[in-house]
Amino acid sequence: MNILVCISQAPDTTSRIAFTNGDKEFDPNGVQFIVNPYDEWYALVRALELKEAGGGTVTTLTVGDASTDPVIRKALAIGADAAVRVDFKPTDSMQTARLIAAHAEGKGYDLILCGKETIDYNGSVVPGMVAALLDLPYVALGTKLEVANGVATVMREVTGGEEEVEVTLPAVVSAAKGMAEQRIPNMRGIMSARTKPLQVEAGSADAATVVRTFSLPEDKGSCKMIPADQAEELIRLLREEAKVI
Amino acid sequence: MRTDNYAGHDYYQLDEWLTEEHKLIRDTARAWVKKEVSPIIEDAAENCAFPKHLLPGLGEIGAFGPYIPEEYGGAGLDQISYGLIMQELERCDSGLRSTASVQSSLVMYPIWKYGSEEQRKKYLPKLASGEWMGCFGLTEPDHGSNPGGMTTNFKEDGDHVILNGAKMWISNAPFAQVAVVWAKNEAGRIKGILVERGMEGFSTPTMKGKWSLRASDTGELIFDNVRVPKENILPGRDGLGAPLSCLDSARYGIAWGAIGAALDCYDVALQYSKERQQFDRPIGGFQLQQKKLAEMITEITKAQLLTYRLGTLRNEGRATSAQISMAKRNNVETALNVAREARQMLGGMGITGEYPIMRHMMNLESVVTYEGTHDIHLLITGLDVTGLNAFT
Ligand SMILES: Cc1cc2nc3c(=O)[nH]c(=O)nc-3n(C[C@H](O)[C@H](O)[C@H](O)COP(=O)(O)OP(=O)(O)OC[C@H]3O[C@@H](n4cnc5c(N)ncnc54)[C@H](O)[C@@H]3O)c2cc1C
Repeated sequence: MNILVCISQAPDTTSRIAFTNGDKEFDPNGVQFIVNPYDEWYALVRALELKEAGGGTVTTLTVGDASTDPVIRKALAIGADAAVRVDFKPTDSMQTARLIAAHAEGKGYDLILCGKETIDYNGSVVPGMVAALLDLPYVALGTKLEVANGVATVMREVTGGEEEVEVTLPAVVSAAKGMAEQRIPNMRGIMSARTKPLQVEAGSADAATVVRTFSLPEDKGSCKMIPADQAEELIRLLREEAKVI
Repeated sequence: MRTDNYAGHDYYQLDEWLTEEHKLIRDTARAWVKKEVSPIIEDAAENCAFPKHLLPGLGEIGAFGPYIPEEYGGAGLDQISYGLIMQELERCDSGLRSTASVQSSLVMYPIWKYGSEEQRKKYLPKLASGEWMGCFGLTEPDHGSNPGGMTTNFKEDGDHVILNGAKMWISNAPFAQVAVVWAKNEAGRIKGILVERGMEGFSTPTMKGKWSLRASDTGELIFDNVRVPKENILPGRDGLGAPLSCLDSARYGIAWGAIGAALDCYDVALQYSKERQQFDRPIGGFQLQQKKLAEMITEITKAQLLTYRLGTLRNEGRATSAQISMAKRNNVETALNVAREARQMLGGMGITGEYPIMRHMMNLESVVTYEGTHDIHLLITGLDVTGLNAFT
């Protein structure tokens, strides 16, 4: 089975977020980028497990400029066989999806696995768009994924329970927490990543949206501790200071 | 146990000097430590028990002989990579780093540099994976800072030698399969001998009662007429220079490791100072606490700069023993001072096992003593700059 795993980079959760260009662009200055955790911990690792169990290949695909190469090398160090980077800096999900679909078209991948969202823009729409553009079935937010005889069985969390979905391959699946467990690369993996192929392809696509402005949430107010035996003081503060009652 | 949220501190953007692979190696070691070691290290230190189940994992992240060539099971990495791995291990615990630096610099290094091809092939791959552990026997009960005075000795006996004597304070001794032992031949010349567990007359009692480096096993090596095949002698080099060159490699790793311990103490104190409120404000807002934090990060940054430079010199084969001594001495002192100040910043919480600072502080008392005491390194610098020997 040949699996394509879509890998994106995302700012480390401890990064200080700032914007440039009249608050229209994210400012990557001084930001530490990591592999988007949903892509790395769940989609990639599950793909590797499926390959280890049943053979085949795992290829990663990243839409981004050369600054994304370190996260691609990490994916290779974790165990992907080969990587493709579409050399384009996308500004919205539509562009990313169009470029992924354009690459995947006709390559014969049995399964396209994505993380359920990136932890920066949290759009959650790329995998669905890719499926639509390629006219493939799509199962979102899988927490378990098994493949047998050309059919994928995906477990999904739904309100109040779980849903088991069967889908004939090829298909697109997005991975949520639970699909696999984080794998830390080992030294052999890091060393072999040096020589694994990272193929760079040209590409461009139109965006469907324009960012007008980014803004930061208001600072969280500081926390005031009221001793448990002073309920009246709490009520007074809620009424007079916070003005919520 | 607190979750380990350590994220590293790089005040002078030194990461820009690292390659992407350096960063991947460092981040891998950090992630492994957080997942496998941080949750258990307090217990290991409290119980004074080295967590042996970590050995294969240490092998997998490349902590054993990362600079040993791939043909012998190493990773063929440069000296900066070795330093970064040591830094990440000691960020968690000096004992963890000690286990790895003894294996790398004091066991694999001499076998690689001074061993025969057969010795390299026999030992290095097993040591790189952690399947076998090694230890390094130089110090004796009566010869610590003055190892040249050692009395452990061997006599020829056909195709064997007969080894007698005792070594003390030997890291990893209680569970090592092989010991690199430094002993004098009949002419009084120091040679390295590979002594394997199971050889008759060889025992490795554990040293108990340590208040420092509790998560690393320390023991004695006792040789009572041990018959060792001559093929176990390291043929490549003899004299005191042989063990001292291994110490150069290990001290270099300690220089990086100590930065790790300092960074962890600083990181914990910095977070704590923002959260802990006294007099209705975070203690980090008080000038006295800021002085501590500002001085800590200044000293850490100086140590980082010194050590990075030492790493490039070592990569080029140009670092002198005296330069390594300076870095080991400076960085361990920095780490001790940072630990002490950081501990005070946490008030009462600072003495508990809830936070790692007290453990680092106690560990660093060994680090400032082994591989050449603080005084001895000062004398090395003194000798280097004056040309006058103040040791004896
Ligand atoms: C936890 C731990 C692990 C260790 N692991 C190993 C190991 O794996 N292998 C190994 O071989 N050894 C190991 N050691 C031993 C370590 O290297 C020695 O403890 C160290 O070299 C100091 O020797 P000593 O303890 O005999 O102190 P001493 O040499 O007796 O020193 C006592 C004091 O005298 C000072 N002093 C000595 N000579 C002079 C001088 N000329 N001028 C001024 N001051 C001087 C010293 O600085 C020190 O303050 C370990 C030690 C510890 C604590």
